[in-house]
Amino acid sequence: MLTHFSAVLLFALCVSVVFGITQRSEPKMMVRFGAFTFACLVGAVIVVSWLMYAIKH
Amino acid sequence: MSTEAQKLSQPVTAQKSSLPWLVLFAGWIVPGAGHFLLGKWVRGSLIFLSILAMFLLGLGLQGKIYVPNTADILDILGFLGQLGMGMGYFLARLFGWGASSVLITLGDYGTKFLTVAGLLNIIAAVDAHSLANGRKAS
Repeated sequence: MLTHFSAVLLFALCVSVVFGITQRSEPKMMVRFGAFTFACLVGAVIVVSWLMYAIKH
Repeated sequence: MSTEAQKLSQPVTAQKSSLPWLVLFAGWIVPGAGHFLLGKWVRGSLIFLSILAMFLLGLGLQGKIYVPNTADILDILGFLGQLGMGMGYFLARLFGWGASSVLITLGDYGTKFLTVAGLLNIIAAVDAHSLANGRKAS
């Protein structure tokens, strides 16, 4: 069963692959930008999740 | 017989080609097809797998398939986003895939997956178009 976090990971993976390919020209830079996008998406989710937890408690 | 210097000094005539538009259309209809037409097999395959995975996950999560004839502006925007999937959207409408409304909590996630898949497909098709007309270096 897909959890909320695994859904986020899959979403970030697919988006970062397409962003990496389309936003850069060189293969090395594509991989780097894709990894950066993935880290930003997942990192933002974790930060916002903890913020919501802190607001509630 | 012209020399190399004469060849270089000749004005370059713009060649009208329908390839960029064909690539754009193919990329819209089938994710990654624009890159396939340009011989970018790895990029095309990765785009195809990523966008197809998002689309299938969206359907699996019972995401909503938008229709064009509602008056709600958010529905119209959702429809335009999902229309970006090309053939996938038309097949979903034809075979009744997805949900007509969000019934479960994860269905909301599924709707986002479907819409973002369409938007990513538009980005990928435009990228293939840019590669075909030389605006983007390959």
